[in-house]
Amino acid sequence: MIRLDDIAIRRGGVDLMTGVSFTMQPGSVYAVIGPNGAGKTSLLRAIFGDLPLSAGAITVGRDRLTAAGGRRFREPRRWRDRFAYMPQDTHLDVALTVLEVVVLGRLGRLGLHVDDATLALATERLREAGILHLADRYISTLSGGQRQMALFAQVLMREPTAMLLDEPVSALDLRHQIHLLDLVRRETRKRNLTTAVVLHDLNLACQFADRIVVLRPGGLSAFGPPQEVMTAELIAETYRARVEILRDSCGRPVIQPLGEMGEAVSGAEGREP
Amino acid sequence: MPTSKADIVADVDATLTILQHRRREGRRWRVTGLFAAILSASIVLDIATGPSMLSPAEVLRSLTGWAERAPMTDAIVRSLRLPMALMALVVGAAMGAGGAQMQTLLANPMASPYTLGMAAAAGFGAALTLTVGGFGLPDMVAVPVGAFIFSMLAAGFLLALTALRRRGGDTIILGGIAVLFLFQSLVSLIQFISSPELSQQILFWLFGSLTKATWTTLSITAAVTVVCGILLFADSWKLAALSMGEMRAASLGINVRRLRFKVLAIVAIMTATATSFVGVIGFIGLVAPHVARICVGEDQRFFLPMSMLAGALMLSAASVLSKSIVPGALFPIGIVTALVGVPFLLWLIFRRGSVA
Repeated sequence: MIRLDDIAIRRGGVDLMTGVSFTMQPGSVYAVIGPNGAGKTSLLRAIFGDLPLSAGAITVGRDRLTAAGGRRFREPRRWRDRFAYMPQDTHLDVALTVLEVVVLGRLGRLGLHVDDATLALATERLREAGILHLADRYISTLSGGQRQMALFAQVLMREPTAMLLDEPVSALDLRHQIHLLDLVRRETRKRNLTTAVVLHDLNLACQFADRIVVLRPGGLSAFGPPQEVMTAELIAETYRARVEILRDSCGRPVIQPLGEMGEAVSGAEGREP
Repeated sequence: MPTSKADIVADVDATLTILQHRRREGRRWRVTGLFAAILSASIVLDIATGPSMLSPAEVLRSLTGWAERAPMTDAIVRSLRLPMALMALVVGAAMGAGGAQMQTLLANPMASPYTLGMAAAAGFGAALTLTVGGFGLPDMVAVPVGAFIFSMLAAGFLLALTALRRRGGDTIILGGIAVLFLFQSLVSLIQFISSPELSQQILFWLFGSLTKATWTTLSITAAVTVVCGILLFADSWKLAALSMGEMRAASLGINVRRLRFKVLAIVAIMTATATSFVGVIGFIGLVAPHVARICVGEDQRFFLPMSMLAGALMLSAASVLSKSIVPGALFPIGIVTALVGVPFLLWLIFRRGSVA
């Protein structure tokens, strides 16, 4: 369980978000959505312990990450070990094979000799990701989408208790988006992980997430199951876009874009790296 | 245990993938072995070359002490040429390792102790010591000490940059280039105001030379290089993770800033020691890692030793060349490495462009 209590994040002297509180349960997938610059990446990094909180606290199990209060920021020991964090950037210009990149997911548990058991585990992860045939290729020679699949295999290799995935499907085609998000959901259920995944595609978020975290510049806009959260009013308010909400055969919302609404919301435009 | 056809196929696929990886590792071992063999040959050749040419067989006889040889041979081989040849090996290895880790650390193929100004700082330290004198110490001792101090000062500046800035691969490179320019112009200034004889002496130091190698300086350099090499090797996996980028290394739980600081400090000590005894020898730190990357990839368990081997081989070969370009005379080795290194680097660059 990951609990956020009234957290605030400041970047460059500006409050990026304040008063954000919600709780993520194990075995569920939480989609983080919101317009550009709303702080989706920053939220993930804050949970990971890579960005300091300016107020509030994040609790995971018995560990507690709090605002530094003027002192130098320091996350609790071994705080990061439970997470597998997948950064948004998939640029990787390094002479390592796909298999080696996945094996590196075991960092901290690797000896000088990599035994067959570890390699077998890595091939298993590659098979799950559907890219076993690329195992011996240099990662720098892969397409962006293939790299993203390989990096997700690395995330699985860490055997975390929580996954923080920052736009893991941004470079994937439709089939692979479905494949990867389905895999995310299956692994989350099977291993009882707490999973937060940043998505730009609202329809994918509605399809694959149990709960949706909607961010707007400045803080939390809404939190809850897709059926309850996804309304035309909320999207108009957070995205400044006109949409119509349809329902698919299972009753899940489907978002049909209609048009934009003019005047931009003030806030941290273009802050996202 | 249910074994469907699909399960069996999957099993075979997995086994083949592992086998493929083991074969790749086997290839890397063989390339590493090949480089080690060529390096050994180059060292024998290096010992054989000089004002009085020896045959490689004679060199081997003297080194192993197994068979009859001319009485003079032992004196030439063991006390004159062997320290020089081994110095080429050790210094080349130190430069190779230093360049490799700087490139890993800063995610930049242009990074090396030389391009980040540490060699230039050492040059200034040496020039300054030659000019103002070594506080009563003989030049033999004072010049390396001066070179080492200034090289570490330059490294300290880079270390301060890593400590100050949270993100900063590019900041460190720009800082290093600034250091390079600063010390180069300071050396020029010293040469400009000093006497022609002193200027000549400084110039000679700047060219780099293995001739000053003695068993003492060799032992110091070798000890430092071995210790630093082992320390770097112990962080193999962390460094491999870092080569995927800072963000990704951090996402795997690495304290990037601490690792960068530690590795930079190790590299600084290793290359400053090497430079202070042989002078400025550029290019090896820049090129050797590229050779290693092409041969064995960036799995640091192979990449680091291979960078050291490649660096050692390049400097050893350059030493042979420096003695054979003009028969009977010694061509400054720093000039040879640059003259041979430049076309080689260009070849690597164009080769890279065609592969990517």
